[in-house]
Amino acid sequence: TKTRENIVSGMDSIFSGFSAIDEDFYEELEETLIMGDMGIQTTMSVLEELKKAVKEQHIKDPSQCRQVLIDSIRKKMDLGENAYEFEHRKSVVLVIGVNGVGKTTSIGKLADQLKSDGKRVILAAADTFRAAAIEQLSEWADRAGVDLIAQKEGSDPAAVIYDAIAAAKSRNADVLICDTAGRLHNKKNLMEELKKINRIIDKEYPEAYRETLVVLDGTTGQNALVQARQFMEAAPITGIILTKLDGTAKGGIAVAIQSELGIPVKYVGVGEKIDDLQKFSSGDFVNALFQSDTRNKGE
Amino acid sequence: MAFESLADKLQNVFKNLRGKGRLTEADVKTALKEVKMALLEADVSFKVVKQFISSVQERAVGQDVLTSLTPGQMVIKIVNEELVKLMGSETTEIALKPQNEITVIMMIGLQGAGKTTTTAKLAGKFKAKGRNPMLAACDIYRPAAIKQLQVNGEKVGVPVFSMGENNSPVNIAKAAVEHAKKEGCNLVFLDTAGRLQIDEAMMEELVQIKEAVHVDQTVLVVDAMTGQDAVNVAGSFNDKIGVDGVILTKLDGDTRGGAALSIRSVTGRPILYVGMGEKLSDLEQFYPDRMASRILGMGDILSLIEKA
Ligand SMILES: Nc1nc2c(ncn2[C@@H]2O[C@H](COP(=O)(O)OP(=O)(O)OP(=O)(O)O)[C@@H](O)[C@H]2O)c(=O)[nH]1
Ligand SMILES: Nc1nc2c(ncn2[C@@H]2O[C@H](COP(=O)(O)OP(=O)(O)OP(=O)(O)O)[C@@H](O)[C@H]2O)c(=O)[nH]1
Ligand SMILES: [Mg+2]
Ligand SMILES: [Mg+2]
Repeated sequence: TKTRENIVSGMDSIFSGFSAIDEDFYEELEETLIMGDMGIQTTMSVLEELKKAVKEQHIKDPSQCRQVLIDSIRKKMDLGENAYEFEHRKSVVLVIGVNGVGKTTSIGKLADQLKSDGKRVILAAADTFRAAAIEQLSEWADRAGVDLIAQKEGSDPAAVIYDAIAAAKSRNADVLICDTAGRLHNKKNLMEELKKINRIIDKEYPEAYRETLVVLDGTTGQNALVQARQFMEAAPITGIILTKLDGTAKGGIAVAIQSELGIPVKYVGVGEKIDDLQKFSSGDFVNALFQSDTRNKGE
Repeated sequence: MAFESLADKLQNVFKNLRGKGRLTEADVKTALKEVKMALLEADVSFKVVKQFISSVQERAVGQDVLTSLTPGQMVIKIVNEELVKLMGSETTEIALKPQNEITVIMMIGLQGAGKTTTTAKLAGKFKAKGRNPMLAACDIYRPAAIKQLQVNGEKVGVPVFSMGENNSPVNIAKAAVEHAKKEGCNLVFLDTAGRLQIDEAMMEELVQIKEAVHVDQTVLVVDAMTGQDAVNVAGSFNDKIGVDGVILTKLDGDTRGGAALSIRSVTGRPILYVGMGEKLSDLEQFYPDRMASRILGMGDILSLIEKA
């Protein structure tokens, strides 16, 4: 599996480059956090906490700030105890998000993981809108070796969900994962469609454990917070899949989302291959925020 | 919403200034702090914001506080003018060769940016203008990428050239241009796979395509919701491959789209069109002044200023 390299060294350079905790030091930290897409508000509040700790604990050395900062952001990214409960239950995982963020790909990867753990998985191709979306998911189903429930392009996504639930029950599936079409959160009719899908799952499969994941592109800036907020209104969001962290973007907006909305990141996408999905590690994530050049290509 | 807060904040900063004479350095500094926040909230790159603020600062200090304008609006006016200047002051069309020659356009960008969709949109647009376009399926990696291009090609009535997934994109591109010659097509769009700008092997592939066929226009497709990373992405694609123009997608969302400013300032290349939806007709001209207002988050205040 991939790991984020050079993490510690990159981080050290910020904290050892300063000899005193002064305005310049705080400014450098501010710049780093904002450039990681954490947003102004969250950055300011994190730095306020740091300043408070520095005062209270009489910290004099910038390098000591490192752990304080890590701990404070990590605390914000806490997963909670039952984060992966759905893996052990009969569950329905609904996957939603704006266009092109990596929903279909992440579903393929997740299906593969669950299947490897011995689960019986079914995928529902409820993106009936985008060109070749069904063929794309079908290819992932093949790769993971799991079943796919699909209808024709252009058919009613709600009907696909309906079918898929019936199949999940009759085939005694452990996990049903539903792919949906990408939709921008400001499109009323598309968000209504999502609410309808959500209602159908509730109504047709009430005994299932519900997991609803919003997929966020790690490259996205401040708009991701707006996205998360809007998707929360359409379905009971239980977690985030933060994708494309194999690039140079840091995905810092996830910190803002979790602080403000309480939605935890549960998985991160680190590539296009089937095993490029990892469970979220707050330690890796926070370290990478301070890393000047995130590269984890190759190993 | 966002517009009120920036405008209100600026009015507050300048509350007691009206008619005071000239804007001092201190006045302007306080005001520009608010502007800086607004730009950062719009995802303009931190470094670009810094440069921008210092150039505005220079211009704004010593300006007369006109009686017709509140000082806040004066600053906004200068900020807006500088923003528009940075965005490029006019709309640009993609440059095509004469009808009797083949123009090759290569579409590049990160994964999921909207390349395949935008390729079909562009082809449809130029077909309507009397060109004879063809799409070439050079993405052999993404599952069902070829099928996606074929479906979209059919929707806009443009032929799609493909050689399956077992040929190299370089060979596909070469064969596509040959095929276009035979078929009398005079506009070839190469739909390439999404790739990270730090993925050396995949970047090299684009370089090789450019060596193998004569690419007239390389178009970088960027998601308008991109955050601080936009400078890295645009900068690298431009340095390594060379970018002639940019298309911003998904502007039908509610992002402020500060990435536009970052991309423009780091590449100096024009933004050609904007994607305004998933339908293949949802491609629009890019207007720098509208984008500037959007980034500042204040559509209406500009007309206010113009009247003042
Ligand atoms: N580098 C990288 N690319 C990814 C990752 N996850 C997905 N992708 C790529 O991103 C692109 C879009 O992925 P999809 O899974 O089609 O995204 P989607 O959200 O289903 O898209 P729509 O259904 O069109 O809204 C594809 O090229 C994927 O290979 C990741 O973690 N890293
Ligand atoms: N709302 C909206 N969606 C768009 C726009 N342009 C593209 N999309 C959607 O974004 C998603 C990704 O588009 P693609 O054309 O597959 O992107 P791509 O860059 O070819 O993706 P890869 O080939 O996987 O790198 C699809 O769901 C498109 O429908 C746009 O302007 N607005
Ligand atoms: Mg999809
Ligand atoms: Mg594509």
